Amino acid sequence: MKFQAIQGEGWLLTKAEQLINWGRSRSPWPFPYGTACCGIELMCALASSYDMARFGAERVAFTPRQCDVLIEAGTITKKMVPVLKRIYAQMAEPKWVIAVGACACSGGVFRTYSTHQGIGSVIPVDIYVPGCPPRPEGILYALLKLIDKIEADHPLYKQRPKLVEALEATK
Amino acid sequence: MSLKEKVESILQSDLVELSEFRGDICVEIPKRKVIEVLTRLKEAGFDYLSDLFGVDNLAYYEKAKKAKKKKGEDEPEEPKRQGPPPPRFEVIYLLLSLSTNERLQVRVRVPEDDLVLPSVTGLWRAANWPEREVFDMFGVRFKGHPNLRRLLMWDEFQDHPLRKDYPLEGKGEERHLNYDIV
Repeated sequence: MKFQAIQGEGWLLTKAEQLINWGRSRSPWPFPYGTACCGIELMCALASSYDMARFGAERVAFTPRQCDVLIEAGTITKKMVPVLKRIYAQMAEPKWVIAVGACACSGGVFRTYSTHQGIGSVIPVDIYVPGCPPRPEGILYALLKLIDKIEADHPLYKQRPKLVEALEATK
Repeated sequence: MSLKEKVESILQSDLVELSEFRGDICVEIPKRKVIEVLTRLKEAGFDYLSDLFGVDNLAYYEKAKKAKKKKGEDEPEEPKRQGPPPPRFEVIYLLLSLSTNERLQVRVRVPEDDLVLPSVTGLWRAANWPEREVFDMFGVRFKGHPNLRRLLMWDEFQDHPLRKDYPLEGKGEERHLNYDIV
């Protein structure tokens, strides 16, 4: 398996990757980080009429240690930036981030002294959802896009450099 | 007795200026008598402080300074505002009488070089957070306040962002926290 990883994407490795991706993409547990009105839309997307749980975003946990997807819905003030960084650092790998709404994406209309201009400069963002606020459909679409992204991921093959390094160390 | 007469009878000589707009009464009181006058108003029935906030009159203030310099030249002057020229800052107390449901706006002018007011937390405990906000946003310090820290901006923030000469997009302040465990 080690050998295959170095040579390229072998059959065994891709099947294992598919299995991992299948598990990850069907249970992207969200961490609801609602800081403004987008949080209300997020609640609506999570509630029964839109029901994000259909796509595996089943268990909303209010602890970052048990979550996979940080859904950042709302304005991030400069006062809040260190908190956001810390929340992201507390999440276990693998982790993804969805920035919901104009404020989270770019600061929105609040081009002021107190608002951070887009969370992309603080933590890595996977999906941006524009809108002020976006409708629950938008958030669902972002989740589906994220699932596509997870399914296209190579969790084992990405570790190739590490494996090569380990192999060379044994020589 | 109408509200206007009532307020006039309570304030008497401490009334600097009284204006009325569509039934809303706004009075100005001298800075050094804030506590005394507000105590009197509270005892007279205005027992509820619904809000307290600050105003920065930078534009008026600059205009008044310019007008002062130009004095002597023959220029058609604008109709003069009554009362003394505006010091830069104002702190406004919105009072409500719960028994008669009457509202009163009380303003105090605070000059730029003496940004200190007595705190009214002794009269209304509700003034605690609004006074902290005014301190945070305008830099007016309240003497006797139990906990005069910033309310909205973080503690290390240096400026007072609602002042008119503070740039809208800020001066590039960022908050940094060190989470390392000591």
